[in-house]
Amino acid sequence: MAELHPEPIVPVRIYTWVFLALLVLAALTTAFAYVDLGIFNTLIAMLIATCKMLLVALFFMHLRYKAGLSRVASIVGLFWLGLLVVFTLADVFTRNWTPQGKPW
Amino acid sequence: MSTAVVERPLYNPVNYLNVKHTLKSWLLTTDHKRIALLYLGSITMLFFVGGFAAMLMRLNLLEPAGAIVHPETYNKLFTMHGIVMVWFFLIPSIPTTLGNFLIPIMVGARDLAFPKLNLLSWYIFIFGSAFTLYALVSGGVDTGWTFYTPLSSLYVTTHVMAAAAGVFITGFSSILTGLNFIVTVHKMRAPGMTWFRLPLFVWSMYATSVIFVLATPVLAITLLLIGLERGLHVGIFDPALGGDPILFQHLFWFYSHPAVYIMILPGMGVVSELVAAFSRKRVFGYKAIGFSSMAIALFGFFVWGHHMFVSGQSVYAGMVFSALSFAVAIPSAIKVFNWTATLYKGSISFDAPMLYALGFIGLFTIGGLTGLFLAALSVDVHVHDTYFVIAHFHYIMVGGAVMAYLGGIHFWWPKITGKLYPDVWARLAAVIIFVGFNLTFFPQYLLGYLGMPRRYAMYPAEFQMLNVMSTAGASILGLGYLLPLVYLIWSLRYGPDAGPNPFLATGLEWEETQSPPTTHNFEEIPVVTQDAYAYENMGIPNV
Amino acid sequence: MSDTVAFPGAGNPHAGNRNPALQEQFEHIEQQRDASNFGIWIFLATEILFFGGLFTTYIVYRMIYFPGFVSGSHLLERHLGALMTFVLLGSSFTMALAVHSIRLGKRKLVVLFLILTILLGVAFLGVKFTEYYGKWNEHLVPGIDFHPSANDLQGATPQSVELFLCFYFFMTGLHALHMIVGIGLLAVMALLTWYGKITAEHYNRIEVSGLYWHFVDIIWIYLFPLLYLITGNRH
Repeated sequence: MAELHPEPIVPVRIYTWVFLALLVLAALTTAFAYVDLGIFNTLIAMLIATCKMLLVALFFMHLRYKAGLSRVASIVGLFWLGLLVVFTLADVFTRNWTPQGKPW
Repeated sequence: MSTAVVERPLYNPVNYLNVKHTLKSWLLTTDHKRIALLYLGSITMLFFVGGFAAMLMRLNLLEPAGAIVHPETYNKLFTMHGIVMVWFFLIPSIPTTLGNFLIPIMVGARDLAFPKLNLLSWYIFIFGSAFTLYALVSGGVDTGWTFYTPLSSLYVTTHVMAAAAGVFITGFSSILTGLNFIVTVHKMRAPGMTWFRLPLFVWSMYATSVIFVLATPVLAITLLLIGLERGLHVGIFDPALGGDPILFQHLFWFYSHPAVYIMILPGMGVVSELVAAFSRKRVFGYKAIGFSSMAIALFGFFVWGHHMFVSGQSVYAGMVFSALSFAVAIPSAIKVFNWTATLYKGSISFDAPMLYALGFIGLFTIGGLTGLFLAALSVDVHVHDTYFVIAHFHYIMVGGAVMAYLGGIHFWWPKITGKLYPDVWARLAAVIIFVGFNLTFFPQYLLGYLGMPRRYAMYPAEFQMLNVMSTAGASILGLGYLLPLVYLIWSLRYGPDAGPNPFLATGLEWEETQSPPTTHNFEEIPVVTQDAYAYENMGIPNV
Repeated sequence: MSDTVAFPGAGNPHAGNRNPALQEQFEHIEQQRDASNFGIWIFLATEILFFGGLFTTYIVYRMIYFPGFVSGSHLLERHLGALMTFVLLGSSFTMALAVHSIRLGKRKLVVLFLILTILLGVAFLGVKFTEYYGKWNEHLVPGIDFHPSANDLQGATPQSVELFLCFYFFMTGLHALHMIVGIGLLAVMALLTWYGKITAEHYNRIEVSGLYWHFVDIIWIYLFPLLYLITGNRH
């Protein structure tokens, strides 16, 4: 059913703090790239990117202030992408678990 | 709800069809009902294009050495048949015609959520089909509708890009339609129209729309990647340059398997409506059918690897996909059981729509069961890429989806046009289609099991008899499809007026609108107070 | 209200007081705003899957050809990538301020912030095309003109580096295309607001445009580390 209350107007101060946080995170992720931490480089980079994504989505895109359906749409999109990635990688990574099949 | 009963003419004098007559009023319409008819005309033409390709294929297969075309031409024929039938007929069929027409009325709204987007969808569809038809007339494509790489991206010289562009563009038509339907069902239901009072047709269209929006974008990017490889000769999918052709198949089938559920779910929704109306009974297990539609949409995304059992995919992934493919059959089976239970002790009449619905239940069951044979990894090794697979999916797509489409067109024809079609001819056509269909496709199960490969222009001599039977069946089937074209058009001029509810069916479209409906569907948005399928209150029709 | 009849006649959706922004298929304005918001979020979900297919392919090949991807990443200029990131984040900030302003009915501010967003977007594209031009000059365009030096490859195979650059061009190119569409959209919104066709009652149009713009920003938030910041041993 339709909401009868228009969504709240987010104050400028919140947008400003979010923006500054985003700049800091961007600088952080750039800095980390100059340090060789092996597998953790990718992990940290993705973690920071996800934090930035959440800041933009929750505050700039107002997901924090909205009813469920918009959140459901975004979560479903991400989950479905996850499906594609996980199942594809599951194939790619298990191909070498069996030796090449003998001819029929 | 109604107090004064007003005498009105059977045929609504001022309706959405005659409110304005100019070409501009049709080409710039935002009325969902007119857009449905624009689609109806387009996909009917495209159906006959795809059917023509099939006719040439079947004629060619009369002789083991190929009767009428060269093998290169044959490759182009089966490719165009697949592309046109899948993307330009089956996928749009029920959603854009019956879905567009009925969903707003069934939920109790004046139109879809985004009427202009709806019109845009149609124009995108036309634009995309123009590209594909261009590919057809300028020499065709011969990669198969599946565009497997690296054949499609590096080796063939046919018009892959034009055909892929056509499909790419048309994909956006699907996405926008699905988006429109989802928002409409969530946000535009009339007061009192709770989710569990919706007709099951709406549930299945909703599930279909979820698949539209989640699967189609992946197809879009996959087609772009083919274009990229074709344009740049980079090794995205070419093993010689370090690429992985199976990766293409993963991306392609992530869309194309759910696409087959796009093709069947709307038909299942139609069958629920038909079975209820022509048994004069509530649908047995309303919630089971509604939830199973959602389950099919969901599980349908988990099984795509069953198209790749013998492509080089890992055996372990194959086993997982095989098990999941068994699971996806369960919700479909639930529906078949529930329809059967609806029929039990119903007051059944064999009107043409009911004949199509009964045909659907039988043929879909056979097609579905053979799907389980294919889902078994070990069996699939033997019958993959044979006529067994072709028979399986034609039982579902033609025996299932097309029959449901025809059943729905017939059932709602009085509402859409205000006219009744001649039921004797309609029943005859349904029977001819049923007979022709089985004669065409049952022999193909046998051919496949015996080892005849698909996509071959010629075959060993021992398969000839079955091929001749199949072609004979196809001629009968073709005749069966032409009959509705004739008598439905005839009925527009000469058919008796139908009145608002000739079948005494339940649903807002039958109970609250005239035939044909006015442009805005309802004067006031109805307030819904009872469940769907309250047939105990409806009496027996005398059509 | 007059008696209802068994079969209604021609529809009358224009009865009563209706908000001027209300379209005729809707019954009240909040329903319309709800529907548009839900609609754009569904569209963004489709975009997640659209780019997602590319990300999937990228992930698979990065795992198979990691050394090539490391070398390829080193061919990109990190400081330019970081600059583009800051610019785009700034444009999201100005976009959010535009949405804020339309809620308050401050049309001139809306136009100002939309123009700022557009300018930042154009700046982003300017840097991007400079990068592309640089690659062209270095003969590092996959398929068309790819002749890497040994220094470029840094031990990886030419095919794997070419594959990386393929992803670089295609992913950032598709992203740039979305930005161009976004800039066009914002320009239209700015014009409509300037000429009074968009008022506080129509705030949803700016909000919906903003959602699209922020989404394109989010894509870049992931592209930047995945393309420009690949670090690691070339095992």
